Amino acid sequence: MAETTKKRKPKPPVTESLLTSGHRACAGCGESLGAKLVIDAAGPNTIVTTCTGCLEVFSTPYPESAWRVPWIHSLFENSSAVAAGVEAGLKALGKKEGINVIAQGGDGGTADIGIGCLSGMLERNHEVLYVCYDNEAYMNTGVQRSGLTPFDTHTTTSPSGKKSFGNQHPKKPLLEIVAAHNIPYATSATVGYPADLQLKVKKALKEKGATFIHLHVPCPLGWVYNTELTIEIARLAVQTGLFPLVEFKWGKVTRVRKITRERKPVEEYLKHQGRYRHLFASEEGKKEIKKIQAIADANIEKYGLV
Amino acid sequence: MSKPILITVGPGTSKVNKTGAWRTLMPVFKHDKCNDCRICVTVCPDACIFGQNNVYNANLDYCKGCGICAHECPVDDIEMVLEAK
Repeated sequence: MAETTKKRKPKPPVTESLLTSGHRACAGCGESLGAKLVIDAAGPNTIVTTCTGCLEVFSTPYPESAWRVPWIHSLFENSSAVAAGVEAGLKALGKKEGINVIAQGGDGGTADIGIGCLSGMLERNHEVLYVCYDNEAYMNTGVQRSGLTPFDTHTTTSPSGKKSFGNQHPKKPLLEIVAAHNIPYATSATVGYPADLQLKVKKALKEKGATFIHLHVPCPLGWVYNTELTIEIARLAVQTGLFPLVEFKWGKVTRVRKITRERKPVEEYLKHQGRYRHLFASEEGKKEIKKIQAIADANIEKYGLV
Repeated sequence: MSKPILITVGPGTSKVNKTGAWRTLMPVFKHDKCNDCRICVTVCPDACIFGQNNVYNANLDYCKGCGICAHECPVDDIEMVLEAK
């Protein structure tokens, strides 16, 4: 009865992505992967604004653009303000229905330079999805520390050496800061779980109000690891508890990704990366790893991840 | 009529930039154990893997040889080999 057995319908051929080939990101770039997944989930009826940073520089060196959707760049701090203007303009013309507006920026452009404009956009509750691509430093200008660089990370402006183990400040709690604006939807996501990320983008675009995705994107250049490990490192960040996947609705935690079965010690995540190499070189460094483990444990307890 | 400001560029024009020249390792799709899961298509940062029905290939004009597809392939059907140019 071979004819009657269920046969899977063949998938249609792979179509061209809305962030097309030929962009100048490094090999294995997590940010270009994240941007591709976000825009493909959002679809062609989307207007994108991007602030200065890697993403803007590699995707649109004049006179070329890798984007196949309307895209605009203005300044470092104001991609959220420009997106708010685009949304208000569309509403005034009565054309907002069916058109998504996405604002995006890197971790520096969001958490340091652009946090004022972002806060304004969230306060006025514009119907915009803001995506923060968090590669944990200013990678475009050569790996300087930002507000989202984690504790004890080596960067060129927080170098490790005899007197220091690198960045002395903890990572800014950006997602909590955003969620505290009482917006309909704010979540963290990672390129390590692409299906989860694309689902969250679709969920966010259905909301009638400001939404936010904090997207963790590994950077082979700044984090110093082999290019093929991008996805694996992104997954390890979640599994160790250093980057919890949490969804907020109207300021309250509604869903978390549990790591009960896949929980790993932080060394598993740190050992792949050259920016933490100094922690494995001395006895004092091992004590610092315990401090990083304490940060992961605090995250796990705070959101009940196990 | 005011003149248009010539600072806009066309969509997808980055394709003139053939980034394949950056590559040292080249992905070889063996088309042997492929189970049509399309994880390689999803995880390619350069969006250069195309195909259908268990036959997928990277567009070597743009593939930068990062090796994510080979690393993530659940059935090890992709191999990275040193490319002789």
